[in-house]
Amino acid sequence: MDTEQPAIAVVNLTKSYGPRKAIDSISFEVARGQVVGFLGPNGAGKSTTMRILTGIMPATSGIARVCGFPVASQPAEVKKRIGYMPESNPLPEDMRVVEYLRYRARLKEVPARQLRDRVEEAMEVCELHRKPRRRLIGVLSKGYRQRVGIADAILSQPEVIIMDEPTIGLDPHQILSIRNLIDSLRGKMTVILSSHILPEIELCCDKVIIINQGRVVADGTSQSLREQFLPTSRYRVRTSLTEAEMKALLPEVSPDLTLDASKEADQSSVFEHLMGAPARLDLTEGFIDALRRKQARIHEVARLQPTLEDIFMSATMRSWDQTLSPFGKPDKAAAMANESAEAATEERV
Amino acid sequence: MRHFLTLFSHELRMLLIAPATYIASVLFLLLMGLIYVLVLNEAGSGETDQPPAALFFQVFWIPVFFMVPLLTMRSIAEERRLGTLETLMTTPATAFQVVMSKFLGAYVFYLILWGLTILFPFVAASGLASDADKTSVLEFAPMYGGYLFVALSGALYIALGIFASSLTRSQLVAGMLCFSLLFIIVISGQLLFRLPIQDFAWMHWLDAPLEYIRSFQHLEDFSRGVIDTRPFFLYLSNAALLLGITTLVVESKA
Repeated sequence: MDTEQPAIAVVNLTKSYGPRKAIDSISFEVARGQVVGFLGPNGAGKSTTMRILTGIMPATSGIARVCGFPVASQPAEVKKRIGYMPESNPLPEDMRVVEYLRYRARLKEVPARQLRDRVEEAMEVCELHRKPRRRLIGVLSKGYRQRVGIADAILSQPEVIIMDEPTIGLDPHQILSIRNLIDSLRGKMTVILSSHILPEIELCCDKVIIINQGRVVADGTSQSLREQFLPTSRYRVRTSLTEAEMKALLPEVSPDLTLDASKEADQSSVFEHLMGAPARLDLTEGFIDALRRKQARIHEVARLQPTLEDIFMSATMRSWDQTLSPFGKPDKAAAMANESAEAATEERV
Repeated sequence: MRHFLTLFSHELRMLLIAPATYIASVLFLLLMGLIYVLVLNEAGSGETDQPPAALFFQVFWIPVFFMVPLLTMRSIAEERRLGTLETLMTTPATAFQVVMSKFLGAYVFYLILWGLTILFPFVAASGLASDADKTSVLEFAPMYGGYLFVALSGALYIALGIFASSLTRSQLVAGMLCFSLLFIIVISGQLLFRLPIQDFAWMHWLDAPLEYIRSFQHLEDFSRGVIDTRPFFLYLSNAALLLGITTLVVESKA
């Protein structure tokens, strides 16, 4: 098999439900061994894309290839190479964990000799090998059910693992162990996962794809997205200088700096200043030097790193701007975009 | 084939561990036992010259109407409702294998249930004193014919139930749909004959097709030992057609 092929290649994929397009000519590629985070607000088309990749739903147009095999014309080859865990993680209620996993392993063409070992291995990785092993799936807690779903996805050691919100309903310990699990798969298997927990994605994914309203709005490492979507970085300085003194100091540090806000901190004679500058510059040392020269007391100089959350908000809002602007005046469009961004925040909460 | 065997053994296993299976079997045997007692009474009263086995199979439609929907309504509808059909379709198993395993699972159970009723004549014979009564109760020819007919028509009825189950995610709707379709195919041939079609010359062409689809006529033929290939063709081809359509339904909306 040609190992040069990307694990997943999607070209102009479109899926319409009547006149509504769930996904609209999206294209992206995932290299082998990469862990990719799939982000987007609710209804953006994440699950639809994943379902098309697994071959359970046909696309309206476009090409989706998994390990070089087109999903539409060679679904059997694709199905041998994927492990899929759907969003709702459906499981039969009246089977025991180990029985279910053995049944799934047989269906997934795990060789009979390795069947027991593979099932044990998957259960061990997902910490199902002790108590839950012989329990009925119907009586398991949500977290354990999620683990059964994940164990099922990795069972046949497929080349590509597609997981739709695997960490939903898990407690922080479990999320950590899932993250370790995904880390251990890096390089061996290609993993695509969608999640609403953005710090999760940022920590464990090599690459992030953000889709909104059926379109890819961002695709790259979180560092490259940061540069693309948030061109300014912010600095927080807590010092004894007042607002006016700080303003006078700024050109010394960098001519590109702008003072956004200043306020007096809780302690007396300490002021907190927020400033913006182009992301390419790193001005923390410049600040410290300049403040020393002024013999001001330095309580804090911090460069505020934008999180994936900021990138997500910025990327999705930009795409809303683009889709909405033809219909209204620019300011109205911006207001609507803000509203939708707020709606998105609420949804995520 | 390998996937089919995995799926099929899974189906049988699920049947064996489900309490519903045992409840259904007990109810079925109770009802059939009751019917058999009534049949023996009627045969004993001397008003009919038919052997008890032939009389017994004349009411085959009673268990069909309630057992077939109960047996099949769960199969695909439940998997669809839970979403396990979706995960099943992401494995290398094909839709046809899934449908066939569901069909054969239900069909085997249906045959086992009917098979248990073979014991009835033996139980009755062991309690009878006279040899003439014993031979009448244990008359094998109508039993062979009757069981063959049940097995043959069962293939179509179960296929119909699986088809109804694949159309919806609600077990209730699947059950009702199955019941209605069964009613049409079992009873309609008989009922349409009661219409005064003989009075209208232009409807005479209907005679042959109606005769062909009359389940009761087939049953009568089989009980008398007339085993024709035409009912075989009718039931098996329609069962195959329904299973084919079911496969397409499962494939198109997993």
